[in-house]
Amino acid sequence: MSSPVLSVRGLSKSFGALVVAQNIELDLMAGARVGLIGPNGAGKTTFVNLLTGFLRPDAGTIQLDGIAIEGMRPEDRVHRGLARTHQINTLLVEESARDNVAITIAEREKFAWRAIRYSPQWQQCLDEAQARLDEIGIGDVGDRQVRHLPYGKQRLLEIAIALALKPRVLLLDEPAAGVPSSETHVFHKVLDRLPAEIAILIIEHDMDVIFRFAKEIVVLVQGRVLTRGEPAQIAVDPQVRAVYLGRTVV
Amino acid sequence: MTNPSETQKAGGGLLAGMSPWALAGHALPWAIAIGFFFIAEGYLSFGTQIIIWILFALSLDLALGYAGIVTLGQAAFFGFGAYAAGWFSIHVSPDPILGHLFAIGLTAIVGLISGALILHTTGVTFLMLTLATVLIMFEYANQAKEITGGDDGLQGMKVGPIFGKYEFNLFGHTAYVYSLIVLFIWFVIMWRVVKSPFGRSLDGIRQNARRMRAIGTPVWWRLLAVYTLSAAMAGSAGALSAHATRFVGLSVLSLLTSGIVTVMLILGGTRRLYGAFVGAIVYFVVQDYTAKISPYFWEFIVGGMLIATVLFLEGGLMDLGGIARRQWERLTGKASKP
Repeated sequence: MSSPVLSVRGLSKSFGALVVAQNIELDLMAGARVGLIGPNGAGKTTFVNLLTGFLRPDAGTIQLDGIAIEGMRPEDRVHRGLARTHQINTLLVEESARDNVAITIAEREKFAWRAIRYSPQWQQCLDEAQARLDEIGIGDVGDRQVRHLPYGKQRLLEIAIALALKPRVLLLDEPAAGVPSSETHVFHKVLDRLPAEIAILIIEHDMDVIFRFAKEIVVLVQGRVLTRGEPAQIAVDPQVRAVYLGRTVV
Repeated sequence: MTNPSETQKAGGGLLAGMSPWALAGHALPWAIAIGFFFIAEGYLSFGTQIIIWILFALSLDLALGYAGIVTLGQAAFFGFGAYAAGWFSIHVSPDPILGHLFAIGLTAIVGLISGALILHTTGVTFLMLTLATVLIMFEYANQAKEITGGDDGLQGMKVGPIFGKYEFNLFGHTAYVYSLIVLFIWFVIMWRVVKSPFGRSLDGIRQNARRMRAIGTPVWWRLLAVYTLSAAMAGSAGALSAHATRFVGLSVLSLLTSGIVTVMLILGGTRRLYGAFVGAIVYFVVQDYTAKISPYFWEFIVGGMLIATVLFLEGGLMDLGGIARRQWERLTGKASKP
């Protein structure tokens, strides 16, 4: 088969004596759907921060399309095709939902440096932004200021922004976090419709979402990969059950 | 107040899609400024001073208002521009336009270098470093007597006629018109910049720098660019001040100068473009009128206005326009319904 889009080798990070990532290995092929689970404090979000460059690893390599990116700034990784969503909404709350996406598209198309000339592309940005909001099912609130959007729609906007970057690898950090169970079906639908060719790593506490969506699951405990495998395997793994029931694993 | 469709329209073209009311709103301040020239001859140097401080406050609005760079170091650039223009007029050429361009260019370089040194910090750290920038400049100007004249100020400035034709006369006709033209040019530049894709990315950085990094924005470079532009504008205001008064004193580099321009901007309203206009005019007019009553009274009044503005008008005095419009619409709306 072809080589992985994202390849992580020996990734390690400690804050003083606290080890948050220890020798993590991961390959994401194009179109992959990998779930990352683990108890609170297992280092899941830290792992995303290491991949995206908001944290620098102590050791290990990260390759995107065969190019080492572990020394790159977050913004350069984004331009190479690595996008993420945030566990806690990280949006431009004074802007409209549409402008949030349009600003993203301007950045993707690299004309956000244009300072004097009004570019007709800005209108194209707005049009594409609206189309992307429609796609994800929040096109009706494109004009609304983000701070006035219902929480669930803000969560969807996080995903719409990441998709607007046309990523090759997408890291979803608890996309449905805080969304009431009555609305999770919306997220099921959105996740099912994500472009097939994107390699996706999803962190989620909602096991329904994970087991429905992921083809492979990686279990992270105290910064280490405890085990990995197909959802059916993981579901019956005694080690995983022990972790989630709170017993110590040796 | 922030209507998203408004910003979209503005994105299409500079004046395209503007309502007649909005166009009139834009024409009004400039019409007043031109009218002032003809009806208030005795006050032209007062008017020139206001125009200079409007430009200075606009430069702060670009950094503080739009990009969210919380700085108290703007006087460093204003003062540097003033000294650069003054020095140029004595040692190189009395031509005011050449001197002005020289001051803008040199101040931009100072902005670029100081920005590159301190923009990796944020919050209180950054604020302290901007204060340090002003203090260093002040003390340098104080010590380097051969260049700046120290605390005697820079004397002996020679200011030639503009285009070899329009002399800076005693009544300040030339200085007023010249300053107004410079302000207009900067205003148009800034207007375009803040509505451009670049300006929109500054909006984003102000609101959430982390979000912007996550969509691939080189935040530091954007901030450095706007900080440099803001410095150039402040330097331009400083150069105007030097040319209009033919004198540069140490006070242009004082912390108080930074403080005053901040008060003006907050009074008028940030991120409104015309907020700087309203703030500077109100500040000077209140100062002028109340100082006639008592030399200390005006500070009391300005302080009180500032407190009232911060407490009740989030967007500065410019908010009054919006409130008045809403009240008007409510009244007329009610009247037209039955």
